[in-house]
This record gives sequence, C-alpha cells and structure tokens, in this order.
Amino acid sequence: MDDKETRDPVTGVDTTGHEWDGIRELNNPMPRWWLWTLYGTIVWGIGYAIAYPAWPLVQGATSGLLGYSTRGEVAAEIAAVDARNAEVSATLAAADLAALPVDDPAYQFGVSGGAAVFRANCSQCHGAGAAGGVGYPNLLDDSWLWGGTLDDIEYTVRHGIRNDIDADARFSQMPAFGEMLTKPEIAEIAEHVLALSGQDHDAAKAEAGATLFADNCASCHGETGTGDREQGAPDLTDAIWLYSGTREAVTETITNARFGVMPAWGPRLSDAEIKAVTLYVHQLGGGE
Amino acid sequence: MNESNSGSLYAAREPIFPKRVSGKFRQLKWWILGITLVIYYITPWIRWDRGPSLPDQAVLVDLAHRRFYFFWIQIWPHEFYFVAGLLIMAGIGLFIFTSALGRVWCGYACPQTVWTDLFILVERWIEGDRNARVRLWNAPWSARKARLRLTKWLVWLMIAVATGGAWIFYFADAPTLLRDFLTFQAPVVAYSTVAVLTATTFIFGGFMREQICIYMCPWPRIQAAMMDPDTLTVAYRDWRGEPRGKGMRRRAAAAETYAGGETGGRRSPVIPVPGLAQAAVAPVLARETPGDCIDCNACVNVCPMGIDIRDGQQMACITCALCIDACDEVMVKIGKPRGLIDYLALSDEPRERAGDPPRPIRQHVFRFRTLLYTAIWAVFGLGLLWALFVRPEIDVTVSPIRNPQFVTLSDGAIRNAYDIRLRNKHGDERPFRIVLAEGSGLAVTLEGASGDEVMVPADMTALHRVYVTAPAGSAPAAADASPVSFLITEPVSGESVEVGSVFNGKGSE
Ligand code: SF4
Ligand code: SF4
Repeated sequence: MDDKETRDPVTGVDTTGHEWDGIRELNNPMPRWWLWTLYGTIVWGIGYAIAYPAWPLVQGATSGLLGYSTRGEVAAEIAAVDARNAEVSATLAAADLAALPVDDPAYQFGVSGGAAVFRANCSQCHGAGAAGGVGYPNLLDDSWLWGGTLDDIEYTVRHGIRNDIDADARFSQMPAFGEMLTKPEIAEIAEHVLALSGQDHDAAKAEAGATLFADNCASCHGETGTGDREQGAPDLTDAIWLYSGTREAVTETITNARFGVMPAWGPRLSDAEIKAVTLYVHQLGGGE
Repeated sequence: MNESNSGSLYAAREPIFPKRVSGKFRQLKWWILGITLVIYYITPWIRWDRGPSLPDQAVLVDLAHRRFYFFWIQIWPHEFYFVAGLLIMAGIGLFIFTSALGRVWCGYACPQTVWTDLFILVERWIEGDRNARVRLWNAPWSARKARLRLTKWLVWLMIAVATGGAWIFYFADAPTLLRDFLTFQAPVVAYSTVAVLTATTFIFGGFMREQICIYMCPWPRIQAAMMDPDTLTVAYRDWRGEPRGKGMRRRAAAAETYAGGETGGRRSPVIPVPGLAQAAVAPVLARETPGDCIDCNACVNVCPMGIDIRDGQQMACITCALCIDACDEVMVKIGKPRGLIDYLALSDEPRERAGDPPRPIRQHVFRFRTLLYTAIWAVFGLGLLWALFVRPEIDVTVSPIRNPQFVTLSDGAIRNAYDIRLRNKHGDERPFRIVLAEGSGLAVTLEGASGDEVMVPADMTALHRVYVTAPAGSAPAAADASPVSFLITEPVSGESVEVGSVFNGKGSE
C-alpha cells in the first residue's frame, strides 16, 4: 500500500493512494457544511462535558459547571408536585373521612396517594397486594381485629399495635396458657375452638373443652367465641385465621400466645398521608 | 468544477441554477406540486361531525387524549397497529414505485422536491432565469443585489412559516389553534414546532436543496436495491447521441486528458451499471458521423441536482425528467425524434442498439417483482380493512388480580377480584352492564356501583374493580382454578361481548 496520491483515469478523481485487491479509494471530499456540522458537534460535546456531569472519577463524576444533577431534578419535581397538591393535601388532612364523598377530589387523591404510602411503608408486612400472611393481617377480607371503619383503621395506622413508642397504641395480651393449663386441657380447648369454627374435631374432647373455654377464654373471646373488637380479641368462629387455624397452630397459640406488633405511624407520616392510607385500606374490599 | 479534487478535505457546495423548462413532465410536476400542497394545507380545516363531546376535525392527531381521528375512523392507542400498518404499506408502496419507475417518489412527490421546486419558482420569479441568476451570483454586492436577495429570502421565509404553521393544525383544533397562535396564547410546543419546521424548510429548500438528497437522505442509498435492469429510469440513449455533434473535438481532447491524468470532474458518484455507465465515459466512439446530441447542455442546465445525465445513471438523479423535457424540446427544434433522454430500462439497451423498438411500458411496470410487491402491499391493506370492519364497537379487557389470587372471607367464601377496563368510543356517556355469563352460582359485585351497570363517560376508558365470590364449599371455591366468563353489554347499542377469565379457588393453596 503506497500513500502516493494518484489520479483515477476513469473518473478523473484523485485517489487516496490506498489500494486493496486492486480497488482504489477515491478521494471524494466531504461537503463543507457536513464537516462544519461535525466540528460543531465536537465543540458542543466539549462544552457539554464541561457544563454537565461527565467525567467519571474514582468516586462519582465531575459535577459540571452548571451544577446539574438528576437527583436535584427529581427533588425539584417532587417539590413541584407537592406544591401542586398542597391544597388537596390540606383538605384531606382536615377532612372527616367518613363524610368524604367518593367522588370528591380529596378522596380520589387519598386513594391513589394512599396506595403509594402503602407500598412504601406497609407492604413489607402486609404484602404488596395487602393480603398479609401468617401473623400479618389480610387487609382485603371482611374480618377486622380492631374494627374496619374508617375511624378504626385511622386509629390503628396512627397509633399502631402493642408498640412501645405510642402510649395510645392498641394493646391486648393473651396469656400463655402453657404455664397455667396442662397439655391435655390445652388440647381439649383446641378441639373446642376447631368445633367453634366448624372444622373437623373430636366431639368428646371439644365437649370437655367447652368448660375450660368458658373459664379461661370467654372473658376475651366471648361466650360463643365471636371475639371482641374492643380488646382486639379475634373472632374464633369465622374462617379467617391470623396465625392459621389448624390444630397445631391453635394449640401453639393457646400454649405460647401471640404478640404481633405494628409500629405507630403517627410520628412518621403526615396527617394527610395517614388519612390517605386509611382511605386506601378501607376501599380494598373489606372496609366497613 | 475541478477544485473539488484538489486534495482539500472538504468541498464547498457548488451553486446550481436550474433553468426554466416546459414540457409534459414539468406539467405533471406542477400538477403534483399543486395537489400535494393543497392536500397539506386544506386537510386540517375539513370538519367532520362526531357528536357533541368529540372534536369535529376530520383529521386530527390528538396526542393529549391519545386519539387519532381520520374521518369516520377513530384510532385508540391500543389500536396503533393501524398506524403501523399504514406506515408499512407506505414503505412497500415506495418499493412498488421504485422497482417499476425508479426514484419517482423523489422526483415528483417528496416534500423536499416539492418545496424546493416552490422555492426555485420564487427564485426565478424574483431574480430571473438561469443566466440572470448566474450573473447576479457573480456580481459584487450592490443595492439591487441586496434588494433581490432580501425579497427572495423574505418570500421563502413566508412559505417556510406557512409550512411549519400548517403542520401544527393536524394536532389540535385548527380554528382554535390559529386564533390562539395569533394572539400568543398557543402552547409553547406549537411555537417551537413552527420555529423548527420554518428553519428546516427555509434552510433545506432554500440553501441545501440537492445536498439533502445526496448526503442526508438514506433513500438514494437503499433504492439501488429496489431497482433492477428492467426498471424504467431516466437515462440517455448514448448509442443514439454519441458522438456528440459539436462536442466531438472536445471529447477527443477529453480522452487525451484522461489518458494524461488530467481530471474530468463529475459532481456525483456514478452508479456502475454495466453497459450504460461506461458508454458515457468511454472515450470517443468509433463512429465518425455525429450522433443526435448537439451538446447544447440544455439537459444539464435544467437539472435541479446539477448533474449531467449523459454521464450515466447517477446516485444524485431523482428521475424528475426535467432533462427529458429539455432535450425533447431541442430534438423537436432540430427535427429529430424525441427521446434522446427518456425513461428507459437498461435491459432494453441491447435491442435498442440493434435498432428494435423498446418493449412496451406495461412489460416494465407489470413484472414479477412489482406484482409481488403489490401483492404484499394488498395483503397488508386487506388485513387492515378487515381489522377495521370487524373491530368491536365495545372494547373490554378483563385482568384478574393475581396479588393475592383470592381472598377468604369470614364465612369461608372465596373471593376473586378483576380489573375490567371498559372503553366507550362514543361521543356520549354510556352504561355498561357487567354480569357473569350463564348461571355459575357465583356472585358479582361492582365496586362503587349498586346495580350491575356502570357508566363510562364519553370517549373515555374506565377501570372498574369487580369482585366475584364463590360460596364456602362450592366447587369453584374448592377447585384450583375454574373458568369464568363475563358478559358485558352496552344496552344503548345492544352490543355485547363475552370475555373469559379464570377463577382461583382454595385448591391452589
Ligand atoms: S439536451 Fe439533448 S441534445 Fe442537448 S446536450 Fe442534452 S442530450 Fe444533448
Ligand atoms: S438528470 Fe434529469 S432526471 Fe435526473 S435529476 Fe437531473 S433533470 Fe432530473
């Protein structure tokens, strides 16, 4: 390959002198505007690299003369959205939820905003679909330990359950009967509870368990086992079990008791956020 | 013309001064120019009544509401395949035309060509025809030159503004937007769109012209694959024209120059097609009697791309046929048959050389290749038409909620939730009735509605949560999954659709 410029006899155009397998490259120059466009983009690129974050360093990157950052932009966008929603937020924070009409903008805002609050704060325990899990209440069904009205739900969200932070937290404690009753007695109560909820059971043992239930359990769960929302005592007759309703799980619950804790969200969420998530939970399909 | 080969890294654009020409192809081009411009400017102003809450603009791309209106057809975002299909048809349509007639799209209907033609018309009207323009170009700046230049640029700018201005009317109600635009109340995007399109029209049509076609447009590079020797394209019958009358001596000299290494100079790359291309560059033909070409350069002077078609097929040629008109005029004057430059196919060259007439045009147009393209094109077209006619008036999607798959209620019943999306394509609010098809023993409740009907506002999509409950111990409650089918009826038109879905029971636990 020799670099001497020669002229192509057929077209009369200079060649670059490059030749591969007998094919020579014609030296057709670029249009001037095309090249200036190229130079322009190079200059622009240099300016851009100086003005904006560009060069990777060991930690992070150059910050750019304009001080632009995507984080800052997101923060500004969030602030802008907050400012835009300030009014409806304030309405929601001050609203009496039970009296809020479904087609009120504050209601709509609350349900959508509440979904976001739920995803960020509640879904870790109650699940992304709010179906809960063993020990974590399902918020979609129609059974409520502490009540399912808007006011009940709001109170639960604000103060939480059995936590040390909030003196107003809902509190209940079931004794661990393993220290008070014998194993056979516990087994009998368990059979009775299975009977109450209409499951397969040993009728003789359940009969015996009835007296034990009346003595030990009825004060909280009621004579008929339908529970008491005032003290968060679960309804034992329905099909819904927080800690599963199998013989083993019920026996375990009677022996060692359960003590689920929910944080108080009052100190962490704003009034509007608490009301929003209340509205969201209430409309999931089980609100009262 | 030789400076471009001086080894410099770049080449300045050489100005082109196309001369006025008249003839049947020029006439055709004027017609196409007029018709396309009229369509472009008039379309947004056509009204079409669709009912009170829908826009009455016949053709409207309503990006804000994600609707596309085309006369009686209304396209929703999920029906965007119509638009995609039309684009594919447009692409294949280009293949059909290119394989039959070369770059006819470029020469006649391409917006770049249409607006450049318009700009050249203005230029000629203000500065005069070719010779006057060349003189003006070379003249030093004077009051007259400045006046002519400024007038020309001003008229160009007005056309450019009108071009950009018309575009935005396709995206909003034209009369309202025009009023808002003139009173400075239109959205910023309207002004910026007009600004960008004005700038591109002004620069592309006024100053870049053939540069767009040669350097920026990808189509000339693709078209070579669409064409074959049977394609009719603008070419020079060199066997008839060579050696050029008064140019015989010049050609002889040029041949020597080539041999001596002097540059011949050509503006654009020649597509190396066997036969035709070499003939033009081959030195003097053996024939001693002059051919029909009198080397008057009329064909070169009228060419908007600034090329000499006698050099052979060239990438830059947009097959606008102006050179045919120009040469035909010359041929008539010197009493020779027309068609020294003509739409012709390379495959006909040998027979024409032998003195036979070219094959009839229909043999070039209706060939396997073009018919195949047409068939593919028609398949798409019929498919779209079919889709258009069978698409249901009411449009429903049912998506079962999977998280959780089901919920156990306190009485042991199993409940599934579904999100039902209802699209009301009418200009008035309409009810939709949602029930389960045939008695399945399952209960349906619509969230936020007391009965089994929900209202969907005019031209809107509504999302409704629907609960289906199976009583404790029933078969669907105990099964893993059982089919359910929703019957959705729109009572006003009486239309209904049945949409199947799945009911998840406890069995899957
Ligand atoms: S217009 Fe016709 S005759 Fe004149 S130079 Fe061109 S090809 Fe030759
Ligand atoms: S060579 Fe003829 S057909 Fe091709 S661009 Fe020029 S005038 Fe048009």
